[in-house]
Amino acid sequence: MFDNLADFQMDVLKEVGNIGAGNAATALSKLLDKPVDMQVPKVNLLPFEEITDIVGGSEQVVIAIFLRVVGDAPGNMFFVIQPTSAKRLLERIAGLELDSDQDSFSEMEFSALHEIGNILAGSYLSSLADFTKLSLQPTVPSLAVDMAGAILSFGLIEYGAMGDHALLIDTKFLEGHDEVEGHFFLIPDPESFNKMFTALGVPAE
Amino acid sequence: MINECIIKVGMADLNVLVGAGSLKTTGLGSCVGLTFHDPAAHISGMAHIMLPTSSIAREGSEWNRAKYADTAIPELLDRMRKSGAVLSRIVAKMAGGAQMFAFATASESMRIGPRNVESCKALLQEYNIPLAAEDTGGNYGRTIELLGDTGVLLIRSVNQEIKEL
Repeated sequence: MFDNLADFQMDVLKEVGNIGAGNAATALSKLLDKPVDMQVPKVNLLPFEEITDIVGGSEQVVIAIFLRVVGDAPGNMFFVIQPTSAKRLLERIAGLELDSDQDSFSEMEFSALHEIGNILAGSYLSSLADFTKLSLQPTVPSLAVDMAGAILSFGLIEYGAMGDHALLIDTKFLEGHDEVEGHFFLIPDPESFNKMFTALGVPAE
Repeated sequence: MINECIIKVGMADLNVLVGAGSLKTTGLGSCVGLTFHDPAAHISGMAHIMLPTSSIAREGSEWNRAKYADTAIPELLDRMRKSGAVLSRIVAKMAGGAQMFAFATASESMRIGPRNVESCKALLQEYNIPLAAEDTGGNYGRTIELLGDTGVLLIRSVNQEIKEL
């Protein structure tokens, strides 16, 4: 169904990523008290297999905050970071001492990450709701540390019944010299695109 | 020198292996990795199943049979039989079907992992295929590898020992 999205529709979705992640990056920058760079959002219709490649492959261990977007344009949102980036983030924001073990996290660290993810995803979503005038509410976010394939596939179920591709809006941000790197994935449900287009005054299909 | 060949099975994909070597699929979350093995003919099969039933499919004409439990199982059995496997000798093992995220409001789509497992079990009964072992549920991802010569299923998870079924 998305094979024939026009260029201007893709541009609109990029703008959606720009607004949302831009605000989240600003929030992160305030938390860190440092500038955070953001890359131009990528909007792609990707085969399921290739989606995990963005974050290092299906077996790559990542930390993900997942929340479901409910309201006028439902969808799934992930904030994904690598464990090393997460440790740095914790050190900078929460002032937590770095554990020498890079792969394990304490309860305290999880809780802090959960809250950071909550703030970032919330600012992404609220700016998007302001921009589109759509009612978009986040569910309580959930955190997982696991293989990227196992985590991200959960966000693709809605697409599963329609084909082997999903459309995702991917924004990558970087702090300092690639020291903290993370991705925002917004995967609107297939039915949500037309609502977004209509809300933004762009002709749907 | 032994040439160990590993056949990769992608998401919503299935494949058959004849003889030694292994079949592998990575990053199973709510998806189920279902494996079949005919110990006499040394024929193995693996499917990475994403959804419990094709009745919810809204796809076009060229849809992917490996994605749904109720279409992947007959397709995989069919391909194994064509390679020389005998249905009555086939034993099944499966892993996956986790619930990666916990939510207060558990809607049906959030329960996709357990539903995948239930659906696979019901179908195995229908085909009279014994389920020799399983490692399903939980809230963590799994990578599985089926060894073609023995039918042993290896399960790897983050921060856990390798399990052998």
